[in-house]
Amino acid sequence: MKRALLIGVLLSGVLALVPLTNDAYWLRLGTTMLMYGVLALSWNFIGGMAGYPSFAVAAFLGLGAYTGAVAQKFGLPMGWAWVAAGLSALLFATLLGAALLRLRGHYFAIASLVVAEVLRELVNSATELTGGGMGLNLPVPSMISVQAQASFFFYAMLALVLLTFVATVITTHSRLGFGLRCIQQNEAAADMLGVNTTAFKIAAFALSGVFVGIAGAIYASWVHYIEPPDVFDVLYSVKAIVMVLLGGAGSVFGPLLGAAAFLTLEELVWRKFLEVHTGVLGLLIVLLVMFLPRGVLSITQLWKRPKDHRA
Amino acid sequence: MLFLQILANGLVLGGLYACIAAGFSLVWGVLNVINILHGSFIVLGGYLAFFGYTQYGIHPFVSIAIAAPLFFALGYVLQRTLINRMIAAPVLLTLTLTFGLDLMLANGMLAAFTADFRKLILDPPLGILRLGALVLPIDRIIAMLLALGLTGLLYLTLSRSRMGRAIVAVRMDREAAALMGVNVKHVYALTFGLGALMAGASGPLLAMIFPISPLTGPVYLGKAFVICVLGGLGSVPGAMIGGITLGIVESFGSLWFGPEHATTLSFVLLIAILLMRPEGLLGRKGYA
Amino acid sequence: MSQPTAAMPTNATPLLALDHVSRDFGGLRAVSDVTLSVTAGEVIGLIGPNGAGKTTLVNVMTGVHPATQGTIHFAGEDITRIAPWQAARRGIARTFQIVQPFPEMRVLENVAAAAMFAGGLAHGSEANDFAMEQLRFVGLGEMALQPAATLTLAMRKRLEFAKGLAMRPRLLLLDEVNAGLNSTEVDAALDLIRAIAARGVTILIIEHLMKVVLNVCSRIVVLHHGELIAAGPQQEVIRNPRVIQAYLGRRYATDPSAQVGDRS
Repeated sequence: MKRALLIGVLLSGVLALVPLTNDAYWLRLGTTMLMYGVLALSWNFIGGMAGYPSFAVAAFLGLGAYTGAVAQKFGLPMGWAWVAAGLSALLFATLLGAALLRLRGHYFAIASLVVAEVLRELVNSATELTGGGMGLNLPVPSMISVQAQASFFFYAMLALVLLTFVATVITTHSRLGFGLRCIQQNEAAADMLGVNTTAFKIAAFALSGVFVGIAGAIYASWVHYIEPPDVFDVLYSVKAIVMVLLGGAGSVFGPLLGAAAFLTLEELVWRKFLEVHTGVLGLLIVLLVMFLPRGVLSITQLWKRPKDHRA
Repeated sequence: MLFLQILANGLVLGGLYACIAAGFSLVWGVLNVINILHGSFIVLGGYLAFFGYTQYGIHPFVSIAIAAPLFFALGYVLQRTLINRMIAAPVLLTLTLTFGLDLMLANGMLAAFTADFRKLILDPPLGILRLGALVLPIDRIIAMLLALGLTGLLYLTLSRSRMGRAIVAVRMDREAAALMGVNVKHVYALTFGLGALMAGASGPLLAMIFPISPLTGPVYLGKAFVICVLGGLGSVPGAMIGGITLGIVESFGSLWFGPEHATTLSFVLLIAILLMRPEGLLGRKGYA
Repeated sequence: MSQPTAAMPTNATPLLALDHVSRDFGGLRAVSDVTLSVTAGEVIGLIGPNGAGKTTLVNVMTGVHPATQGTIHFAGEDITRIAPWQAARRGIARTFQIVQPFPEMRVLENVAAAAMFAGGLAHGSEANDFAMEQLRFVGLGEMALQPAATLTLAMRKRLEFAKGLAMRPRLLLLDEVNAGLNSTEVDAALDLIRAIAARGVTILIIEHLMKVVLNVCSRIVVLHHGELIAAGPQQEVIRNPRVIQAYLGRRYATDPSAQVGDRS
């Protein structure tokens, strides 16, 4: 546990040097990668540790982005708006988890997917508060140079991913993480052994929401402008899953590795196939699922349940 | 009278929805795979009808007959080459796989046809049927009847044909079916082919009523989910019940809450039902 | 979170008391009006033919399928409506007819989970040490670091015992722990059950094998079609004509050590 934390801190230290390059491209890429890292680590709480196929990442991200944006519209300073976003995602995930985590398999997956759609429609129709389909502009931070802004958001995302990572390490080595592993292996048996499965699953879901909510708010501040189809994009949910598949859910570093690998692939794809970008992304996903034994294998083994694992 | 008109609209819509969902439900029920591609298959079928009509003058009703074998073959090959390999994998992996495939197809359509909404307008139009105060566009009625006909055909195929009985047998008990000499992989591919066929064939019907765009794929997919939860998995009558229920709910929902909230309403309904009945309204526990 | 204090109930209050308990599934009554009490320290056998409702009754006791009617008290406390994990923490441990390990976790982790979540021990060495003790007790000490999936059936049954013990139970429900074992393995399991009983754990054995029940149980209750048709000292129950007719068949009246049912 100490070793993992140490490596995490050292890695952050190295990454903290990126803004010194003063290169806008690398800063943008770096900030995106860190955000992906937050999404992947967050999904891992519910998807990897508890074994529940959640597609709710997009819902948390959009909720956080809009909470942060609306809070700033009402005059809350940016930092507090981010905190508010985290809290709203935490609360939402807790309530949602209490309702949805009674579902299993496909039903849980679909219900969690649909939540983002419903939120998007709500945001779309609450025009006065959110600007509806017109989107919402955010105040530009007071830093003078564009460069300083880019570095600032990079460091903000870096701090968040470190926080998420620390939460992951602590959870993995705690009673909560142990209980989640039991649930992932055999939920009924875990229940019989005294694991309060409902509370544990809700805790995992809440953890998978809170950091994504903050990431959404930071993202909103970073790009200055958000609209519902952008931040409630179901692709975020899928990307988070694919990143964890890619890196393997077995270790605390897996999701981070997956995020870095995925972004590299995405960036290569993005530049070469601008028009059919998502199509090639789809191909990538298909190839990953079908043919990448390491990442995918490690996860299938984790998810093999003694019986009825496909239910 | 307004009530009757809305009800009639709902029934027409419901017939089409049953057809959308029947194939999706079959695949989910038999293969335990959620086919995210289903919505895009419908849209692709719609484009087939649109270009068939505008370029070659092929009537959309005829396009159905063209779409059916094409989509069946497409579905069969997809299942046989790709999805069969993942069939025993956890839910998450098959979902991600079909999601990736859907990204490819949807993006391909976007590149080929743009995101523009196109409307297939029959010339001359088929006109309108008036029953007292009820106003019913004839193209919609025919589309609904054809949709119900297709759904009925699927039902007959499953209950009467050799292939259908093999599918039902595999659904009930895969191991036993395999022991009795059923080639399970072949049956899976047939099932997926039938699901794709139903999607592709309902495309032309929907194209006559709704504008076509690659962006509408997810909307149809969402409806198929809701219908399955409403009607239960893997049974054609279930899809029928679920489809008609959704059609009526959406019809009245549009009236009461505004048409822009019809989809949200159905999703809220979906979540509400799942919370009360975690296996779906008419769902059975523990199969697959 | 913590284990209730292990004060022994007085002889006046039974450890477990079922009062007119029924359980319906749809229109089907799986358990019908069962009244039963278990005294602290006793080893009691619950028998009945397949489909008699034995496992359902265990599920009712542990909160898996709460009773439709009637009440259940454990150590004087009403537990009719509690969830399985709460039953586990109050000291009701059960083993499964079909063994339910966490297949990819180590044998030790399987048992440590029981010690932590139900037994109330601290995460880490406290739970691990206690788990190791239980593994040695059931004879699985050597296998502690293997994944549970690698164990043979007989070993998995022992793992179920170890998990049950690690829960620090006051009542241990053994649901067909001997199903599928050969006669040497059954003998070993019998020794284990006696050793556990000697530790002061109250045991309810749900069994198909008469040999087991007659060997270790002082009292037997018989379930048939969801109803309790007999209860009492073993020799009395064995000779009860209703029991013989309903369940045991004629030949068992003369050969009570023969095994019932067609398994193993």
